[in-house]
Parts: sequence; structure tokens; C-alpha cells
Amino acid sequence: MTERGNSAPLALDRADARVKHEAGIGGAVRAFLDRVRSGDLGSLPVIVGLVVIWTVFTSLNPVFVSSSNLVNLLFDCSTVGVIALGIVCVLMVGEIDLSVGSISGFASAMVGTLWVNQGWPVALAILAALAFGALIGSLYALLFNRLGMPSFVSTLAGLLAVLGMQLYILGSTGSINLPYGSALVDFGQLMVMPKWVSHTLAAIPGLAMLVSGLRTFARRRAANLSTPSMAGLILRVAALTVGLELIVAYLNQSRGIPWMFGLFVGLVVAMNYALTRTKWGRSMTAVGGNREAARRAGIKVRAIYLSAFALCSLFAALGGVLAAARLASASQQAGTGDVNLNAIAAAVIGGTSLFGGRGSAYSALLGIIVIQSIASGLTLLDLSSSLRYMITGAVLAIAVIVDSLARRSRASHGRA
Amino acid sequence: MIESPEGSASVGELVLSLRGISKNFGAVSALTDIDFDVHAGEVVALVGDNGAGKSTLVKILAGVHQPSSGTINFRGRAVTLPDPRAALTLGIATVFQDLALCENLDVVANIFLGNELSPLRLDEVAMEMRAWTLLNELSARIPSVREAVASLSGGQRQTVAIARSLLLEPKLILLDEPTAALGVAQTAEVLNLIDRVRARGLGVVMISHNMEDVRAVADRIVVLRLGRNNGVFEPDASNQDLVSAITGASNNAVSRRAERLRAERDHSAQAGEQRP
Repeated sequence: MTERGNSAPLALDRADARVKHEAGIGGAVRAFLDRVRSGDLGSLPVIVGLVVIWTVFTSLNPVFVSSSNLVNLLFDCSTVGVIALGIVCVLMVGEIDLSVGSISGFASAMVGTLWVNQGWPVALAILAALAFGALIGSLYALLFNRLGMPSFVSTLAGLLAVLGMQLYILGSTGSINLPYGSALVDFGQLMVMPKWVSHTLAAIPGLAMLVSGLRTFARRRAANLSTPSMAGLILRVAALTVGLELIVAYLNQSRGIPWMFGLFVGLVVAMNYALTRTKWGRSMTAVGGNREAARRAGIKVRAIYLSAFALCSLFAALGGVLAAARLASASQQAGTGDVNLNAIAAAVIGGTSLFGGRGSAYSALLGIIVIQSIASGLTLLDLSSSLRYMITGAVLAIAVIVDSLARRSRASHGRA
Repeated sequence: MIESPEGSASVGELVLSLRGISKNFGAVSALTDIDFDVHAGEVVALVGDNGAGKSTLVKILAGVHQPSSGTINFRGRAVTLPDPRAALTLGIATVFQDLALCENLDVVANIFLGNELSPLRLDEVAMEMRAWTLLNELSARIPSVREAVASLSGGQRQTVAIARSLLLEPKLILLDEPTAALGVAQTAEVLNLIDRVRARGLGVVMISHNMEDVRAVADRIVVLRLGRNNGVFEPDASNQDLVSAITGASNNAVSRRAERLRAERDHSAQAGEQRP
């Protein structure tokens, strides 16, 4: 036991003299650089990548950063982004779902058939599609939990089977047009937030951060724990609020923020809360990191897998419904092609590890903006989809390489 | 700092008592008629060769396996342990040999894994405070509870695993090979931890192959051989006696003699208790 002659009472977590604790804003910056050097990159690669992509495309065609193009970008982001959010869930537990594209296509076909052809109320048709998605995910979980079927294989089988179902219910016509002027299509193509709403919403994250930061500050002090820097908190809140308000003001110069994008961001924020601040999220991370340890700690591992697969397919179905609204049609092509890989690529590019146990809901948001920026930029340059596939493939490969290298670096620096 | 292990930890309440425990895996009898007692404030070392049934016994106590026959009495009541959760709820905590920590989670998250405070809105401040309290009680040296467990050394991880087992206020702690993977200094730290856990009045069962470690902390040494009780020794028993009981290389007179000595000592200890 070391005797301490300090007059000031030490915080409970600052009693160990061997540990360097950075203080203040300069300290926060140094701690951040340390983390990056040891391979704990967080969302740094994607932000750097985004800056590079935007600079290149803007220099090639200035229309790229025009507010009207960016608003279109946000519309396009929302559909695949929601699917990518589901992919984050399965990647967190170290599994994969390769059938999200097919599920989204089938969900859009279901909405088309039930709503337009069968005359169901649109809300009911959407609910049925979502329920179907959750059901497929539960089936994958059942195959995984009870029969030990690797998710890679079961979802690959699901990719084909569900695509077949999509073609079957669309029948000979092959495509169903959703009526223009209906609320669903308007939501997918036209509806944007009034200016005051978007500005108010942009102020909320900063306020929430400030309130929760102050609350944590007071509680930690009361509990005799070290407190985070107050100046740093205020700086972050100010930067976040000013940044968001500027973006909103810029986008409001043209049509404004799509409600569909608002829904997507809302889901991302909700998922982020669930993954980081609830027991369920903690269990997801634990199962992804060390399944056996989670089991011995009393976590119901099978229930966690079930929730991950079901949520993933549910989000895939919702993404399919949004895509149908965006295109005003449910066709045989919906959900095919690059939807699957774009969704998975978005989650990985955004920083969710393919190896399980590391990731964040925000990676779906950041990743899909990267993917859609590439698509939008190449379309503006009048380049064909062949080039777009090649470039997106290369970006995905780079993202996975960064993930693997960072993982190796973390291991050698003693970080998880 | 120095707590002498032979400083006669007062033998308290009988925490755990096994009678006639047998476990068969098909045709193989892993355990036959095992009797085993642990008292509060006592460290019992469980030693034996590979395949002696030590781990099977610990798994039965942790609720992983169920005994084929025999009774388990925990704090005076007959109990069954159908799953790990049941053992944890009763107050039997296990530190597994591989520690079963999640490397990607920080120390606080690992200590509270499966027992988080306020599940829908995790109370990080309260959990961090409790984690520090637990670690400080063990005089643990963890630089930061907000670092991922991957960045901790083997001894520190052992400390975290022991702190986690203390979270639910258990009455009995099972430690499976707590020093197997550790260096000299870290082994000493873990042995100090065991001393402190005993000082808190808990019963401790420790599996180890290392006779030196066993002698350093154990109050009693229980030897298993081929799934049967093969003698109970005092920590000052000679190495030769222990080794022959473990391997069965020597005649059984050694264990018979130790049994007789133990009975005499128990007798005098009881007489000692009757004196205030």
C-alpha cells in the first residue's frame, strides 16, 4: 500500500499514479491521436474518404455539391441506408445476412400486390411486409441456433428463395406501378421538412448532448469520480450545433431535408441508443466479442441472435418499402443488382467490423453517404454503371483492408 | 501487507457440503462418491492429476453439469443446480480457467455483464463507482476501468474476473487454475487476492497443479484421484505425501495416515471451539 501525502482528495478513478490522464482540450486531442495511432480508428477513415471523394467529384463537376444534388443524394441514401442499419445489427454479433436485397425486393413487391392489386389499406400492406421481414429473420435465427447452420449459407439460400418468391408474386406483368399522389409515393419522392422544422431538429442533438453532459458531470462529481472537461463539452456542443445548422441552411436553399431522410436518421439515433445505452446493446456487443463468455455471464445468447437476425430482416423490408416509394413502383429488379452489397459495404465502410463486437449505428449513415456520393458523382460524370460497380467494389475492398489492418494494429497495441 | 496463510483463519459456518456425489459420462465414471466440505473463511485447494475429476466437480458446482447421484447442501439446505444462473443466484461464483471475459468491452462492462444496472438506460456512473469499490476492496491495480480488457495484463484480467465474481455477493468462489498462466509477480498478486477474499469471510475452492501456490494459501488440500477422494492434507504436508496421493505411486498408507491426523486435529479444533 502506497502512502499518499496529497492534500487534495483524489477521485476514485485517479488514485493510480502510473496512469497518464490527459486533461483539457489539448489533452483530448493528444488522447485522440494516441487512439488513432494504435489502430482505434473509429469513423476517421470514412470522414477522410468522404472529404477526398467530395473534393474529386466537385473539381470534376461543380454541380456535385449543389444543394439540389445533395437533397437528391439524401433521398437516395435513405432506402439502402435503412437496410445497412440492419446489416450493422448482424455484424455486431459477428454474423452476416446476404439476403437483405432480396428481402427488400420482396417487401416492395408485397406492398405493390397487396395495396395496388388487392386493395388493402396501404398501412396494412406495409405492416404485412415488415412482419414478413421479421419472420424471415427469425427463420435464419432458428436455423442458426437450433441446427447450427452458418448464417453465410442460410442467408445465401434465402437470397435465392426470397428472390423466387418476389418473381412469383409479381407474376407475368413483372412490375406494379404505385399511384402518384398517394402519401407513400409523396413520402418517397417529394415530402421535405418545412424550414423551421429542420432548423429545430438540427438544434436538438446539441441540446441533448449538453443536457446529458451536464447531468453526467454532476453525477460523476457527486460520486467522487473524475469529471470530463467542461470546456471540451461546450466546444463539442457548439461545433455540432453550428455544423448541423449550416448544413441544414445550405440544403434549405433548394428543396430542403426529405422527411424520408429524417426517418432514416431517427432510426439511426434510436439504434445507437439501443446499442450503447441498454442491456440489450451491451449483450449484442458481448456476444459479438466472445460468445462463450457471454453465455457464462448468464446472457441468453440465442435470444440475442434472434433479435439481431429479426431486426436485420425487418430493416431490410422497411428499406424495400421506402425504395418502392422512391421509385413509385414494385418491379422484378427491386432489390437485385448492387443493393445487397451496397448495404453491406455501407456498414463496413462506416466502421462496423466484419469480425463482430465492434461497430456503431452511425456507420450505416456515414457509409451510405460515401456509397451514394460515388454513385451520384459518377452519374453526373455520365459514366456507366459498369464503372460504378468497379469503383464501389474497390472502395469496399479498401474499407475491409483498413478494418483488418486496424484490427491487427489494435491487437499489437493491446486494444480490443 | 503480509497475511500469513497459516494465521489460522477461523473456520466458520459450513457453506458447502457434498455427500456421495457421482457423475457418469456414459460408461465413464468421472466422479465416484465424492464428499467435499467448504467452510466460510476457508480456502480449500482441490488437487489431482489430469483426469482426476477436479474440473468436473467444479462444473457441477457451477451448474454446468448435473451430478448422476449424491446430494449438495448449500448453507444447510439441499439444493439442485440445473444451470449456471441457478448457481449464481444461490451465491456460488466461478472464475473459469479462461476467465470468460469479453476483450472488446471495458472493465466496467465486463464486471456487470449480464447484471447491468437499469437495463433500459444503463447507469454508467453507478456501475463505474461500484466497479472501483470492488477493485479497491481487492487492492487491485487497474489503470482505468474504461479501457477495453484487451489492454490489460494477465494478472489484471484475473483481478477483473475475480472482481466480477464478487459482484453478486457470493458465499462461495470457485477458482479454476487461477495461477496457471501467470508470471511470478502476478501469481503473488493473485494469491494475495485470494487471501483478501478469504478475509472477507467467503469460502474459496481453488484448483491448482502448482503445489507451491496451494501451500501458500490453502487451509486444507483435498486430493482427488481417478474420480475418488484420495485424502485430505494440511498445507504443511510433505511434498512426497502429496505427490504420492495425487499420482497413487506410493502405497495408500500415506493417505490413511493423513486422514487419521486430520481427524485428530479436527477433534482438537472442535475442543478449541468449545473453549471461547
